[in-house]
Amino acid sequence: MASTSKTAKAAGGRLAALTGWIDDRFPMTKLWKEQVSEYYAPKNMDFWYFFGSLALLVLVIQILTGIFLTMNYKPAAADAFGSVEYIMRDVEWGWLIRYMHSTGASAFFIVVYLHMFRALLYGSYQKPRELLWIFGMLIYFLLMGEAFFGYLLPWGNMSYWGAQVIVSLFGAVPVVGDALTEWIRGDFYISDITLNRFFALHVIALPLALVFLVIAHLMALHEVGSNNPDGVEIKKVKGPDGIPLDGIPFHPYYTVKDMVGVGVFLILFCLVIFYAPTMGGYFLEHANFDPANSLQTPPHIAPVWYFTPFYAILRAVPSKSLGALLMGLAVVLFVFLPWLDRGKVKSVRYRGPLFKFFLASFAISFLALGYLGMQAPTPLFTNLARLFSVVYFAFFLLMPWYTSVDKTKPVPTRVTYHAH
Amino acid sequence: MRTKLLVLAAALAPVAAFAAGGEAHLDHANIDITNKASLQRGASNFVNYCLGCHSAKYVRYNRMAADLGLTEQQLIDNLMFTGERPHDTMRIGINADDAKRWFGVVPPDLSLIARSRGADYIYTFLRSFYADPAKASGANNIVLPGTAMPHVLWELQGVQEAVWAGEPANAQGDVRHEFKEFKLATPGKLSPEEYDDFVRDTVNFLEYIAEPAQLQRRALGFPVIAFLVFFTLLAYALKKEYWKDVK
Repeated sequence: MASTSKTAKAAGGRLAALTGWIDDRFPMTKLWKEQVSEYYAPKNMDFWYFFGSLALLVLVIQILTGIFLTMNYKPAAADAFGSVEYIMRDVEWGWLIRYMHSTGASAFFIVVYLHMFRALLYGSYQKPRELLWIFGMLIYFLLMGEAFFGYLLPWGNMSYWGAQVIVSLFGAVPVVGDALTEWIRGDFYISDITLNRFFALHVIALPLALVFLVIAHLMALHEVGSNNPDGVEIKKVKGPDGIPLDGIPFHPYYTVKDMVGVGVFLILFCLVIFYAPTMGGYFLEHANFDPANSLQTPPHIAPVWYFTPFYAILRAVPSKSLGALLMGLAVVLFVFLPWLDRGKVKSVRYRGPLFKFFLASFAISFLALGYLGMQAPTPLFTNLARLFSVVYFAFFLLMPWYTSVDKTKPVPTRVTYHAH
Repeated sequence: MRTKLLVLAAALAPVAAFAAGGEAHLDHANIDITNKASLQRGASNFVNYCLGCHSAKYVRYNRMAADLGLTEQQLIDNLMFTGERPHDTMRIGINADDAKRWFGVVPPDLSLIARSRGADYIYTFLRSFYADPAKASGANNIVLPGTAMPHVLWELQGVQEAVWAGEPANAQGDVRHEFKEFKLATPGKLSPEEYDDFVRDTVNFLEYIAEPAQLQRRALGFPVIAFLVFFTLLAYALKKEYWKDVK
């Protein structure tokens, strides 16, 4: 017994010595404390706060599975489709790696949309978190680029025509439109050259920028501190030790809590991977199991579900250039939320009825547009898409008005929390 | 270039214009991917009736045999006819230019047909040929009007005639809205029930080759998810324990 504890003590001593050696040369312990074990997060963060850590988890899944896919994928028009089937059939566990990556793409958008909705609910974009929000939005834009470039790589017929349709939107730019689309494709049509450059952008350019932005996003978050469901700044009420009274160390409290979120997420994620990897054509589209064919369009061209709200806006507008412009605006307007919102309170809990109404109608219109974007347009659907597009834009454009006249409730000075 | 842009413009807005082909009623194939006997019969049907013209170039013979519970000798004796080696994929000797001259189109590779079209589509398609003297092959199809594919299985099914409701159709391609039912004009070697089973086995095999990993995938799902449920419960208990301190 005595000798065991002596060895343990010696081992502990050696570990402490190693830590000290590193800390003299690199701020390892300092970083760990600042960013994790002594980062004080509000104790009342709820369900909606799971999606940030889940987005990070999906990013890691995408990068790791992406590395292994890249080892077997061939970015050439003649080989790409076959190499994906090679991964699915001949590479050990290739099917699992590929399904993790394809399901991960949809999962990424699900968690990011929920993460963004949380910011709308609790006013997380408001002062002093404007830059944190802008970094987040840049991450979202890069993610859309990642999804778009990555979707061409399997070189299926929907890959091909999806890219064709989206790239052609740049043709709506006045004067330089045609030259611009040629420049993007590197050719007169979507070709081997386009595939090659999309591959480069998908596997190195955008992921690199994405990782840097995620780091910037987390640094900005830890600088200003996390918001919470009450929208109360916990830093305003500190104890004698300088620690916010409503704050708890991120580690171990939120690391163990996020582990539960990770567990539930992975259960759902694996249900898709093992039992419904195509999700009935929503995650992997049927037409994409036909190789790219420049002479024959798929029966029904629609983007993958996560782009359909914006696609519905594009189609709802009779003029192509105006439609493309509004579609771009629908994405970009989020960036301006911190300045469009004139409200004095952050959280929906203390906002007035007007904000609640507009937020709810925005959420409904986003889902409805997402549905309509997947359907073939009928006159009824097109008119519905127009209606919901108006509601969608009203949320942003009327925001300065309804947030300033809204009847808000008094905000408490401390967060509301009931111990379990 | 111009035409391509036109196609594109058309694809952009009224996508419905292209949404043809999905309207025919499809019968439920009712296949069972875990039924090895059915898959083995389907493999035999496939190499005897389909593989002459259609390749399945991503399907490797010996992997298929292993998944279907066949030995390499059984594979060579029953499913391989033209001197391929067991580790080869199901390629065919037909020359693409010849095929185009004979049929008007190159018969598509069938590796992924069940994923792009669906099992019900193929099941219905293979049972919906009918005699049509206007066609060079003598046969047309309700599911894919004007198909270039001859009724390869006529010997088994016999020859069906289509019965049209209302006026008989005059124009090609526009007939399926008025289609009522099939009438067996000349019986084949198989009874209608036997023929349905023959097609079902074949479609089952096509479903399997479209994603050979699906047998593994479903089998692996349960243990993985069972572990994750256990992990989540453990994580939840741990969370509860830690959060006792938070007042």
